[in-house]
Amino acid sequence: MVEYFLCMVLFCLGLYAILIKRNLIKIIIGLAIMEYAMNLFFILLGYKKGATVPIFSSLTEPHPEVMVDPVAQAMVVANVVIGLAVTFILVIIAILIYEKYGTFDIRDVNKLKG
Amino acid sequence: MTVIVKTVTRYTDVLILMFGMYFIFNGHLTHGGGFVGGIIVALSFIHVMLAFGKEVALKRVTERIIKLCVGLGAISFLLIGIIGFTKGAFLYNFFRKPGVDYIGEPFSLFSSGIMPLMNVAICLAVASGFYAIFIALVVYKIGKRR
Amino acid sequence: MLTLFIIIPLFGAFVIFLVGKYSKNISYFMGWIVPAFLSVLALSLVGTKETLTYQIGGWVQPLGITLVGDGLSLFFLPVINIIVFAAAVFSIPYIEKYTSKWIYFALFLVMQASMNAVVLTGDIFNLFIWIEVGGLASYALVCYKVEPEALESSFKYAVLNSVGLLFVLFGIGLLYAYTSTLNMAEIGRILHERPNLKLVGFVTVLFFTGFGLKSAIVPFHSWLPDAHSSAPSPVSALLSGVLIKSLGIYTLLRIMFNVFGFNLYISKLFIFLGLLSIITGGILAIYQKDMKRLLAYSTISQVGYIIFSFGLGTPLGMFAGFFHLVNHAAAKSLLFLTSGAVLHVTGEREMGKLGGLREKMPVTAFTSMVGSMSVSGVPPFGGFWSKLVIIIAAVQAREFLGASVAVGISIVTLAYYLKLQKNVFFGELKPVWNNIKEAPWMMCFSMILLAILCIGLGALLLPGVRAVFITPAVNVLAGGMQYCNAVLRI
Repeated sequence: MVEYFLCMVLFCLGLYAILIKRNLIKIIIGLAIMEYAMNLFFILLGYKKGATVPIFSSLTEPHPEVMVDPVAQAMVVANVVIGLAVTFILVIIAILIYEKYGTFDIRDVNKLKG
Repeated sequence: MTVIVKTVTRYTDVLILMFGMYFIFNGHLTHGGGFVGGIIVALSFIHVMLAFGKEVALKRVTERIIKLCVGLGAISFLLIGIIGFTKGAFLYNFFRKPGVDYIGEPFSLFSSGIMPLMNVAICLAVASGFYAIFIALVVYKIGKRR
Repeated sequence: MLTLFIIIPLFGAFVIFLVGKYSKNISYFMGWIVPAFLSVLALSLVGTKETLTYQIGGWVQPLGITLVGDGLSLFFLPVINIIVFAAAVFSIPYIEKYTSKWIYFALFLVMQASMNAVVLTGDIFNLFIWIEVGGLASYALVCYKVEPEALESSFKYAVLNSVGLLFVLFGIGLLYAYTSTLNMAEIGRILHERPNLKLVGFVTVLFFTGFGLKSAIVPFHSWLPDAHSSAPSPVSALLSGVLIKSLGIYTLLRIMFNVFGFNLYISKLFIFLGLLSIITGGILAIYQKDMKRLLAYSTISQVGYIIFSFGLGTPLGMFAGFFHLVNHAAAKSLLFLTSGAVLHVTGEREMGKLGGLREKMPVTAFTSMVGSMSVSGVPPFGGFWSKLVIIIAAVQAREFLGASVAVGISIVTLAYYLKLQKNVFFGELKPVWNNIKEAPWMMCFSMILLAILCIGLGALLLPGVRAVFITPAVNVLAGGMQYCNAVLRI
């Protein structure tokens, strides 16, 4: 039960970084921390006490009932791929913003108002 | 980079590449698969670029080859799916013979139908895509402001 | 048959990515032939009576991914594909000024593939993946011209959408932990057998946050004016016309009506958020000086009408919602395309500096007038009929406050559209614009196509046409849990 609580604390720390920090790169890092928290949550969902790796070592050993959930791990792999692609685009946009505006501070990057 | 880094890189990048390929080809038996193996294969190229500089790294594996590999990986994944489409459903495992439960020998390397082929296609697309973005971030010069 | 909607645009996108740099004609050719072929295919599927399903990979029902084509999905498909075709034809002369044109068309086709796949899939994690893919293509398309405002708005758009989708992922994880399956029909069936009000209430709030952010409902609307006004115009037309409806409103409807079951709390949430969106979007649109920003705020208001109408819960309300969705998709895309034509010819977006363009650009002015009158609700265009049915449905369901707000903001909508028309097209021609010409013929072709759709969509009110297009979709939503039976028996 403590693990779920700590996972949510990590999620809220990432959300704090996105909301409060003023540097563009720190916002990207906050988004990455939130992604890690969600991946951790999915892996925690699939865990069973005393279970083993979901890989067959022969045709009958180990029994499928003492394995952890492999579907949750597949979802984590897909989520990691998506997080990678979003982080790429955000980093490239941040570099281009530095070239156009001259600063990373979000208080100065505000040409659109109203 | 210093001489120590360059000498060690000469030995370790081949080892990383082989480890990545082992991960890919055993994707249907143990942990691994296309995406993780592709990232490790890309890491071996990035290792060379970090140690020796970008001119040496871009001399053999040019940018045209990398862009070709990205497109090839994606199209071959889709083409294998379309071949399955003509034989049943989309992404159907067309090596399957009706009535037999396993495709090939269980736990052998050349078994389980289209899964190793898909792993290789995904590796090609992911490795070249990752390396291409790394090159784009390294080669790009920040121009004048405003 | 259903997989063709996903395979063909992806195949076109990869081919354009491989050979587009060396041959410009292939990218232009693939850019318009794929949406044209898919719109013909979607229109041919419209009248099917039973639910089409398709198992990917041949895997049996709860294990694999299912593609479901019932009345709701087959209603959205022609809307998406026809508007993508119009925007693709429009963008061929529009991107002559920019470099690396093949990337534009490749991303365009990926966006179309993801919108088709969101509407067709029956698996909740697959839905999340395709929403992320469509979002990624749109982040890259919004900052296609590397100007400062486009980059800033794309960054804001990307961060906000990613955070919203992380909330959705949290909800999907909780649902998977309770029901141990990812198939939407199976989740609906298991939630019906062992109901758990606390879990479903919490997951409803999470899904409203995430999908509401994607469909720009009012507390989560702040990315929309920047993103839709800084994008290139055909991309704005797509984003505002179909991406909001396909990735946002469709997923809300599918999950709230078919998986959870429609109850009083969801109805109240829909009505409250819908009314808030109508008022906020309508009032904030009056102050705008930029043409595309005014259209973006108007989108928020009209999406509020659609959500309010679905929240009423009666079959007439659902019919009104679908009708207004189709009308708004056609009219708003047309308005963004006309503003793109004005921007392409004059290079100016502020309404104060334009004026009297009616003499020089007659086709653009006429189609823009058609689009504005359709959204404001002036007879005989399509928008009048749909707003009338929304107000009748609201009065029938005893929502008198909602009906009066809808009527009041409709007058405000007419006001700011008249302001747009007067400042841009009527009035005196400034001497700066004395030698501009009409837009190129491909742009006029797509604008005329959408204008014909705007005028002709009033015919959806006739009983014969209505029974073919909209009644299957209303039956799917009104049936609720019958979606689960229809998918799982087949």
